[in-house]
Amino acid sequence: MADKGLEFDGGSELDEGRRAALARIEAWRQRAPVFRDDTITMAHGAGGKASQSLLTGVVLPALTAGDGGDGADDGGDTELHRLDDGAVVDMPDGGHQLVVTTDAFVVTPRFFAGGSIGDLAVNGTVNDLAVMGATPEALTLSLVLEEGLAVSELRRILDDVAAAARAAGVTVVAGDTKVVEREAADGCYLTTTGIGFRRSDLGLGADQVRGGDTVICSGPIGDHGIAVLVARGDLALTADLVSDTRPLTPAVSALLDAVPATRWMRDATRGGVASVLNELAGASGCGVELDEAAVPVRRPVVGACELLGLDPLYIANEGTFVAVVPADRVGDALAALRSVPGCEEAAAIGRIVDDHPRLVVANTTFGGTRILDMLVGDPLPRIC
Amino acid sequence: MSGNYIDEYRDPAAARALLAEIDNVAGRHSGRTFKFMEVCGGHTHAIYRHGIESLLPDSIELVHGPGCPVCVIPMGRIDDALVIAATEGVTLCCFGDMMRVPGGSSSLLEVKAAGADVRVVYSPLDALDIARREPDRQVVFLAVGFETTAPSTAVTLLQARNDDVANFSVMCNHVTIVPPLKAILESPGMSLDGFLGPGHVSTVIGTKPYRFVATRYGRPLVTAGFEPVDVLQGVLMLLRQIDEGRCEIENQYRRVVSVDGNATALALMREVFTVRPHFEWRGLGFIPHSGLGLAEEFARWDADLLFDVPGLRVADPKACQCGEVLKGALRPWECKVFGTACTPETPIGTCMVSSEGACAAYYNYGRYTPRSRIPVRSG
Repeated sequence: MADKGLEFDGGSELDEGRRAALARIEAWRQRAPVFRDDTITMAHGAGGKASQSLLTGVVLPALTAGDGGDGADDGGDTELHRLDDGAVVDMPDGGHQLVVTTDAFVVTPRFFAGGSIGDLAVNGTVNDLAVMGATPEALTLSLVLEEGLAVSELRRILDDVAAAARAAGVTVVAGDTKVVEREAADGCYLTTTGIGFRRSDLGLGADQVRGGDTVICSGPIGDHGIAVLVARGDLALTADLVSDTRPLTPAVSALLDAVPATRWMRDATRGGVASVLNELAGASGCGVELDEAAVPVRRPVVGACELLGLDPLYIANEGTFVAVVPADRVGDALAALRSVPGCEEAAAIGRIVDDHPRLVVANTTFGGTRILDMLVGDPLPRIC
Repeated sequence: MSGNYIDEYRDPAAARALLAEIDNVAGRHSGRTFKFMEVCGGHTHAIYRHGIESLLPDSIELVHGPGCPVCVIPMGRIDDALVIAATEGVTLCCFGDMMRVPGGSSSLLEVKAAGADVRVVYSPLDALDIARREPDRQVVFLAVGFETTAPSTAVTLLQARNDDVANFSVMCNHVTIVPPLKAILESPGMSLDGFLGPGHVSTVIGTKPYRFVATRYGRPLVTAGFEPVDVLQGVLMLLRQIDEGRCEIENQYRRVVSVDGNATALALMREVFTVRPHFEWRGLGFIPHSGLGLAEEFARWDADLLFDVPGLRVADPKACQCGEVLKGALRPWECKVFGTACTPETPIGTCMVSSEGACAAYYNYGRYTPRSRIPVRSG
């Protein structure tokens, strides 16, 4: 746990100007984001604020408009509006629910230390199902191939898809292949859609989270984003790192078996741990307090981030998730996770608080505090 | 750089000892406030990133200075860069921070989306490599920064000349730290009690050029490193000087900064650059002898000469108070548009763009401070 820093006597009041400014900003932040851009920029794909405004300002209103056909948002209460990792459909038997999710993969380069676009395409979708509490059953796979792609490379990618599917216990049951002209795509893009089933009585969701709960993280953060950055080769960087791409199904079932009262889970992919904690704070209306010193990060990730001015909390992962569990079950949760390969360093990294609703605040390793906001901009494009 | 090296300067125990001593020395001057300007954006970032402001006693106020290279670029220069970027056959290379800086009508991020070839590089040498690999492109490096980054631009230009790379050029916006420091010290109503001098710039220029701050203007200056313990040590050294009635140029960052600086880097800069008679700073206006242009021998690589740019002076948006923030006259949250019309997503002013900008640093990290630790400002 982080050192809490010094407290000073008499420091109990914000000065008026600052208090007024902060109130003004918070009121502004609560407004629904308005999408004003005329063109799509890379920032819209980075998983941060621009991505969110694209979803809430363009995609959701268009897809969920009422019968009026005026493109107006219908008030925001559809399955899509939850912006979870997948959608939940009740099954006729009453005991189970179908979970559906889909994801496109455009990572560059397509091969990096610890994996490839083929691994990501399977694990990314499997993990979205897993953190929804579902057991993945089947995948579909769509390929968009650029004219000129070497078949040997396609074979390697498909071998990785097959191996990852076997490891995750899912089957590819349908698919599609398209070829586009040279320069109409960058080599090859993959899209997977996954289905899985979960028990109907599972109480997972941001609305289950309450003050006093503990936030846990399943392993060291930032490995994937930095491994891809290194593989890109334009930084003259080398690092003893491999991507953490892996199916999270074993870790999630171990956690849910040990702590059925687990409140919420999400895999910390694009935008990293900081972004999923912001999504949690936004969806639950609670505050999140993070202890920076408690977050597991490997040395090479810390080093690369120092050099490049990046923050590991915003770097993508492909086999690491964040969960919220009741405070009195933390020991069981961590013990269960640590028994699963890849999660040996699972740790409690923070707590849910009633103070500062919808805001993520970090206690710095140094003993101060800082805000941890949604990512703005585009530090590492196309990491998945 | 090893992780342990960093840890040493982020040690909470060392911080506690320093904070206790800061409290002790400041406490001897009850009723007095100390206003110190950290000149460099790297310090501003560290102060908010590590929550240092919330740890200092209420009598110490840190004022954020003009040392963020992105923040001081005037809008007219951005517009010039946008014109170059949109030119057929041009690949414009820049540091990532520059992508979102708003010009008069657009930003590099937007012209890139509209089809311009704009690429983020981490070093000017990377831009030169692109020029070598892609001989049919005109590769322009958008050079910004203080004496910290100027030497690497100089090395790149020497290599370009040496290897006769004809399709490479530099749009030079390098600036120097001493003239704006003077401008701030000369500005009416200047109420600063001392300066935290920039660490990285000083590795190049040394500590000698700052002497006038103490001798002519009677203010102490301590060059400091960028880790939180460095910053606290720098603050304590400033306090001690005032407490003991001294006014000197001191060096907290001895592990990398010397009195005379880096002779090789200075020689490189002298060879490649000339001092411009005037250069415009965002919010501060024109400051004499504050900008670096390319020396005549490098005219072949000078993008300002190779491209036909508007070269206009563009007024800052009316609502924007970046100038007041850069001079330390306004605290970020005192700006009329801070956090509402001007946010990191939709910046109006440059201070909201770079993570070293005072407004972005305050918005991203500093907005929330636990009540119990907020200092009361008596002034």
